[in-house]
Parts: sequence; structure tokens; C-alpha cells
Amino acid sequence: MEENVKKEKGKFRQMLDDFGLPRLIITGFLILLLVVAPFVGADLPTQISNIISRFSWNGVLVLAMVPMVHSGCGLNFGLPLGIISGLLGATLSIELGFTGGFSFFMAAVLATPFALVFGTVYGWLLNKIKGGEMMIATYVGFSSVSLMCMMWLILPYHSPNMVWGMAGKGLRTTISLEGYYTQALAKILQIRIGKLVIPTGALLFFALLAFLMWAFLHTKTGTAMTAVGSNPTFARAAGINVDKIRLLSVVMSTWLAAIGILVYEQGFGFVQLYMAPFYMALPAVSAILIGGASVNKASITNVIIGTILFQGIVTMTPTVMNNMIHTDMSEVIRIIASNGMILYALTRRTEGAKK
Amino acid sequence: MTEKKGLGALIRQNSVSLMFVVICIICIPISGLSPSYLINEIVTRMGRNAFLILSLLIPIMAGMGLNFGMTLGAMAGEIGLILVSDWQIVGIPGMVLAMIISVPISVLFGLFCGKILNMAKGREMITSYIISYFMNGAYQLVVLYLMGSIIPIKHSSIKLPRGYGVRNTVSLLSMRQKLDNLVAIRFWGIKIPVVTFIIIFLMCLVIVWFRKTKLGQDMRAVGQDMAVARDSGINVERTRIISIVISTVLAGIGMIIYLQNMGNIATYSSHSQIGMFCIAALLVGGASVEKASIGNVFLGIALFHTMFIVAPKAGAVITGDSMIGEYFRVFVSYAVITIALIMYETNKRRAKSAVGAELEKAQLEEESR
Repeated sequence: MEENVKKEKGKFRQMLDDFGLPRLIITGFLILLLVVAPFVGADLPTQISNIISRFSWNGVLVLAMVPMVHSGCGLNFGLPLGIISGLLGATLSIELGFTGGFSFFMAAVLATPFALVFGTVYGWLLNKIKGGEMMIATYVGFSSVSLMCMMWLILPYHSPNMVWGMAGKGLRTTISLEGYYTQALAKILQIRIGKLVIPTGALLFFALLAFLMWAFLHTKTGTAMTAVGSNPTFARAAGINVDKIRLLSVVMSTWLAAIGILVYEQGFGFVQLYMAPFYMALPAVSAILIGGASVNKASITNVIIGTILFQGIVTMTPTVMNNMIHTDMSEVIRIIASNGMILYALTRRTEGAKK
Repeated sequence: MTEKKGLGALIRQNSVSLMFVVICIICIPISGLSPSYLINEIVTRMGRNAFLILSLLIPIMAGMGLNFGMTLGAMAGEIGLILVSDWQIVGIPGMVLAMIISVPISVLFGLFCGKILNMAKGREMITSYIISYFMNGAYQLVVLYLMGSIIPIKHSSIKLPRGYGVRNTVSLLSMRQKLDNLVAIRFWGIKIPVVTFIIIFLMCLVIVWFRKTKLGQDMRAVGQDMAVARDSGINVERTRIISIVISTVLAGIGMIIYLQNMGNIATYSSHSQIGMFCIAALLVGGASVEKASIGNVFLGIALFHTMFIVAPKAGAVITGDSMIGEYFRVFVSYAVITIALIMYETNKRRAKSAVGAELEKAQLEEESR
């Protein structure tokens, strides 16, 4: 019966339904911004390099959403937990005296055990509360961030580049990565054409991780993960250990978030501690949703399109708005657009939620 | 056997409250605060927060979980207060007018929130949580850009120097603690805001009465089981929307009571944390996601706010750094909500598997016959 209804609808209408109205609005808005930009005096090549480099900062964080969506754990609002593992890796790497590009590698290495441990505990917890993952993930993220706020003050860090100058202890809120791994990836094979700058290394790094993710999803374990997400009962009947697969997906997501924040930092040039990781889940969540993912379906294409669209809007709105009406409404537009997108996704009926 | 099990279950159910009692007992002597100061603070905070937290009870009754969307009501209350203070209406009449203005705005917000929550059944909490962020954007759009340019704002003490938008803080000096001081009794240095407490008491009576009305019974039925409620002829969607609307309206009024005690509005941040702190306090009082009583509200405020007052002091004494205590109380607020949510979900699963086990048992009996 559903088939018939679908056929009756016009093809255009169906395409619109598949694409989703909010997504259409956001894409249209970005195109409008790009068209208007040159007329209001914004420098288009600079804008485009901004979008590309911001894409390279955030891509991996958005990619971290994929495994958990595939295994049916929903959107990973607990991203801050993985980010904290990354921050621990970053600060330890600096504390141990590694410098230059090598400190990025070491940060990634040092972050990995934390991500694995945190991810395992987090995944074990999420297996206990199937069905309520997203809300609890949000609060696991918040609790861990606020716990770490205390830890950054207490933990015995000594590197003078990181601690408060006066007290000699307690980490600063922002730590400059100058001399460490700022632009470590972006500088590799960097291309400059006039004002257009392309951080090839960072893009290649993202491409590598995205390819690995794509390849993983086509292995036996990856297919099992998709099966668990789309129909847990069926997966169990087929002899898949559902809990184990879900745990694996959570660990993967946490590790990717840890690497993701390191990539973000190498682009941004600073490590941000304390409350900074608090709201980092929402942009990543809305980016993948804007790219066409839903609560239980996400692909690498969704990640790429979503990150470009989201970061495009984030970078373009302030400049265009400022040049046009001399007020910066970008923050408000960003809040409404990104949370509106999440709301839209949450209200969609999904097979997983119906049952 | 059954008695032992009962005690164990009792401890498990109230573990959060018990944990708080322990925290408070340890921290109070360390903080070195005098008992009269402490009691005075708690009484003040009781008057300030109780109404807001009471607004959370009705959605819980209707099975919609913790209403993170109460932030919407708080925004409506703030809009009311901003407008009234621009019109220079002072004291109690100003407060009443602010409440009157806030009600239609709250109803609109509540309708919006309820409609969306009906589209996201089964994930009400995360949805209401995102709604609060979404509406925060809309609120900023109105207050930061439309107020002063489209909605008339006259006074320069409220308006930003650039000609539109509202300043970061709006002083409510003309309304500050007017309600609290209307009839205030003092003894042993403890100030009791009688009128505020009378209003809160009346609200409690209204909630008790509301539970017994037809609508209240309907809500409980919807909260128990939506399918059964629908079969027995209850309009489930409508009932759920009404519960959210009531909650939002109460939150708006509660926010005005809260802000008259504080004496100023932090225009862009007052509402953002209020939902979290109210929910944490309610949960500390022994409420769960599906069950909350008026007793939970008051116990929760007493315990949660004792922790809130003593933690920074105690933290400063122990570690010599006042920031640790600040972070500690934020951490505890989030941790409490996390634990409560985990307990709720595990209980739900346990109940489900218990039903499953019973079915299996019945089936086995059937087969053996």
C-alpha cells in the first residue's frame, strides 16, 4: 500500500520529501550567501578558503557520528567524552616535551588509551539503557566535562606553556599550540593560488579516515553493525552479538572524537579546556543531519556535504550580514538553524523508534 | 525476606537523596558557615525556586518526563518583566502585569512545544531539551534585534546604546523583593517571606486538587499507558499538549517570582541554566523521571541548595582554590541528572523484562497442562 502512495506522489514531491524541507532551505540560504557575497564587498576567494579550512578542522568530529548512528545508538550527544580523551592526549604530549609536528602524532597516540577506556565504559553504560541513549549521552558528556573542569585544576601539570603563570599550577583555559602542532597537517602539501589556500594535508587526513570508515562499514563487522542498527532482533537471530557490536561502535566514535579534536586544534592553533568541549556535540550533530543523515541512517557523503553546508553558513553569515546590514546576526541564525535541524530530525518517524 | 528487599529497594530508590545528605553533613562543618546564615539562605531559596520547580510536576504526571522546555516559560516571564520595567510600572502591580503579559506568550510557547513533543513520542526529553536551545535562538532574535526596533523600548537604561536590543542586565530595582517584603517575619535573623510562601502553598493545593479533576486523571492515564488511554476515549495528544502548556505558564510565573527575589535579569543567561538547576533539585528530592510529589520539591530544594551554598566554601577550605568548589557543584548537578536518567532507563528495562518473564512463565504453564 505504501508503494502505491509513493507512486501517486509526484516525482518532484518525493524528491523534496527525501531531501527534506529544512535541508533545502539551508542549501538555498548558503547558495544565496555565495551569490550575494561579491556584491556586498566580501572577498570570495578568502571566504572559500575559510570554508575549506573550517571543513578540514571539523570533518573528523562529524565523522565520529557515523558508527553510533549505524549501530542504532542514535546521535552521539556524548561527543565531549571523546573530546576530553583528545584533550588529555594533547596536554600530555605537550607536558612530556614533544614539539613540532611530532607532538601531534604523540598526542594522538597518548589520547588513544583514554579514548578506548572511556569509550568502553560509555558503551557499556549505553548497552544498559537501550532506547534512552541520546538523553543520557548528553548528560554523560556534560558530567564528564564538568568533572574534567576540576581535574584540569588539580592534575599535576607543570609545563610553563600550559599552567597559569602566577600560581604555577592549574591549566590555562586556552593553550597556544605555537611551536607544537599548529597547522601540522594543514601545512603538508599546502596549495596557494592567490588568496585561495588549500590545507591539503588536513583534507587528505580526513579523506584517509573517511575512507577507512567506508571500508570498515563494508567489512563483515561493519555490515553486522548496520544490521544491529536497522533491526536488533533480526541481528540477534542471525547470531550477531548485539551488545558487543554496539560497544565497538561507541569506542570507535569516542576515538574518532579524540582524533577529531586534535585535528580541530591543529587548524585552530589553540587547545581549549574547561567548558569549551561542552557545546561541541551540537554543531557536529547538526552538521551530519544537514548533510542528509537521520537518527538511524548516516553515510560518509552525509558527513562531507553536511560539514561543507554547516561550516559554509557559519563562515559566510557573519561577513555577508556585516557588510549588508552592519549587524552581526550570525550567532542567532546559527543557533536557530542548527538546533532547528536537530529538532526536525528528532520529529521524523524512524523505523527504530516505532517498533 | 520481603522486608529486607523493601529496605534495599528503598535505599536504591533514594540513593541520590542519601548521597546528598552525606555530602551536606560532610561539607557544612568544613565550610564554617553559621547555622542561622545557612537557614536564612535556604528559606530565601525556597521562596525563590519552589514555584518554578512545582511547574515540572504536571508533565511528569502525564508521562512526558522532565520538562526541559520549562526554559520557554522562563523566557516568557523575562519578556514580560522587560516590557513592564520599560513601562515603568513598579512594585506588585508591575509584577502582576508582567505575569499577565507572560501568560499568552507562555501558552503560545507551550502549544509549540507540545505539538513538537507529540511528533517525537518516546524521546520527549531530548526533544524538549533541543527545543529549549532552539527557542533560545528565537528569544535572542526578539530581544537582541526586534526589541527597540519593532517592539518599542523607550528607556536607555534598558536599551543598548546602538538603538535597539536589550542590555545584558535589566535592573528590577523597583520590583526587587517587593513580594517577599510585603509581609516578612523575622526571627533569629531569619527572614520569612510570608506572601511568597502563601502563593507557593496555594499552588501546592491547586496541584493536589488538579490531580483529582477529570483532566488530571486523564493525564495520569496517559502517563501510564498511551494506548490504553486512547482506547478508553481520552484524546491523548490534546491532554499532552495541555500538560505542557500548564507547565510552561507556571514556569513563566515562577520565573517572575524568582527574578523579583534576585533583583535583576541577566537578559541572555538567566533562563539558560534555570531548567537544569530546577530539574536537578527535583531529582535530589527523590523524584524520578516518572514520579514526583510535592514533598520531593521541598526536600530537593533544601538538600540541593545546601550543597550549592556550602560546596564552594568547603572546596576553598579543602583545596585552597575557590574555583574547584564552583566546578564541583556544577558537576554534581549534571551527575545527579545523569544518575537519575540512568536509573529511570534501567528500571524501565527491568520492568519490561519482568513482564517478559511473567509471560514466559504463563506460557510454560500453558504448555505443561
